[in-house]
Amino acid sequence: MKKKKIAMQLGLQVLLIGASILAIMPFLYMLATALTKDTYTMPNPPILIPKEFYTGNFVSAWTSNSFSRYFLNSLFVSLVTMVLTLAISTASAYGFAKLRFRGRNVIFNVYLFSMMIPAVLALVSQYTVLNGLNLIDTYRGLILLYISGGIAGNTYFLKGFIEQLPNDYEESVMIDGGSRFTVFSRIILPLCRPSIATLAILSFMGTWDEFFAALTIIKTASKRTLPIAIRLFQGQNATQWGLVFAAALIALIPILIIYITFQKYFIKETDDGGVKG
Amino acid sequence: MEFSDRLKKLNSKKNKYSWSETRDAWLFTGIGVVLFLVFVLYPQVKNFYMAFTEYNILPGQPSRFIGLENFRTMFISDGALGESKYFWVAFKNSLWAVIITVPGQLILGVMLATLIHNLTRGRLLYKILLYIPVISSWIVVSVLFKYIFQDTKGALVNYALIQANLIDTPIAWLQNATTANIVIWALCIWKGVGWVMIIYTAALQSVPKSMYEVAKIEGANAIQTFFKITIPLLKETTIYSIVQLTIGAFGIMIQVIMITGGGPMGKTETLNSYMYSQAFSQFKFGYASAVSIVMGIVVIGITLIQRRAFKEGQ
Repeated sequence: MKKKKIAMQLGLQVLLIGASILAIMPFLYMLATALTKDTYTMPNPPILIPKEFYTGNFVSAWTSNSFSRYFLNSLFVSLVTMVLTLAISTASAYGFAKLRFRGRNVIFNVYLFSMMIPAVLALVSQYTVLNGLNLIDTYRGLILLYISGGIAGNTYFLKGFIEQLPNDYEESVMIDGGSRFTVFSRIILPLCRPSIATLAILSFMGTWDEFFAALTIIKTASKRTLPIAIRLFQGQNATQWGLVFAAALIALIPILIIYITFQKYFIKETDDGGVKG
Repeated sequence: MEFSDRLKKLNSKKNKYSWSETRDAWLFTGIGVVLFLVFVLYPQVKNFYMAFTEYNILPGQPSRFIGLENFRTMFISDGALGESKYFWVAFKNSLWAVIITVPGQLILGVMLATLIHNLTRGRLLYKILLYIPVISSWIVVSVLFKYIFQDTKGALVNYALIQANLIDTPIAWLQNATTANIVIWALCIWKGVGWVMIIYTAALQSVPKSMYEVAKIEGANAIQTFFKITIPLLKETTIYSIVQLTIGAFGIMIQVIMITGGGPMGKTETLNSYMYSQAFSQFKFGYASAVSIVMGIVVIGITLIQRRAFKEGQ
């Protein structure tokens, strides 16, 4: 019986090691190729373990191809979007969860309904709206689009959490002469910290990777974010493998750092605070 | 101000909403509501209007109302300039993407989740590793797949297949419609399996152990337990996953634009990528809106059918 169990565990380990290799191998290939000199022709056989540690591709992408600039652009857009998203979503969620006002249910149901419709379908008309407001080719336009697109989902996500908080705290603050803004900043926000952290991570990563709105709205080369820069760079340097891979890895590194640092938010080791999607 | 306050007080007997609470509520929710109205709801509504026009993007220029012309072009136009054949190719590709990638991700993801669930050591490590494709940028993994599926002998996939003696000569993956679509599907499945795995490992943990113990005492084997206990208990998770994966499959666009560019001959275009290129390469905004509306109806229709089918199966 015990032998059978050990054999089963061994089998599971083998299968999972195989699956993990399939998941990771393309990235190793990318890293090893980016660390190899002169990859104008396709390396044959493919390189999976770097034989040398040539950083020239990274240096070239970062300096002579302006990827440092695009990196900072992406960082700026993602951070501003994240901060504004958190401010607006937490305030909205508190309003919908705890305050009673006319139209609350109607508006919230419209939020819910809008979540059923794939957001990308509105990109064409969103472009015409931004065009009408002279917001094409501006970060303001891009960031407004990112924030607005997340409002319904984020409000829904946080509202569920805030609703569960007892009303007693609130009442005691109000009796002591505090306003609802005191309640919000002193009680609600601190209690929501785990959900806010989840939202911050999701917002940052979503914006960092966003491709189509950025591609459509940003026209000036110096304003590009990383995903668009990679696309155009790949088009111009199609045969310079190492260089393209180095550029792509530059975009991937912050995401990996966030992922490894906050992995418990992603992989649901516990039942609460997990990230869906 | 005073008058309005008194008016509010007067009304408050009929009206259960207090003025100060309403004011605060709008201070908290107002910005969000306005942004939502301007940049989400209004564009969705405007989309419907645009679909019936030959939309002119220049500000101040009128857009011509053309009735159902955009839909006619999409569905039944023919001849040398007939757009409908491109639309139908994109339509079919989107449906195929759903038919192949949704079960593909679901089955592999559930299998991995089951393996991990029964593991005594190393669960966390495998979860972390298998989730890396999920968190990676679409743009990065699309570039990566474009290269590992190149047509040369040294490209990773061809190299592996040749080494395994499965093929003699390298396959020109991206030059042929079927194989190019396979690459796009493979990317979807490879990137999405980890997501399903995480959802199901969490769900499996929530199944009470006592159920399995009872099954064991009653003499059920592992396969019977899986189909009679695990699957029915995880129905909610399954509906949620299928709907999300379906919406995701209809969202396929970056892969097409980055890997195949819609080619060869527009044969790997999906509804989404077709809509995008009609708007922003051909500048046919009205037509693109019409395509997006058809797509919206198809997506919502299919996901409703999926929900209904599962509810009835209970």
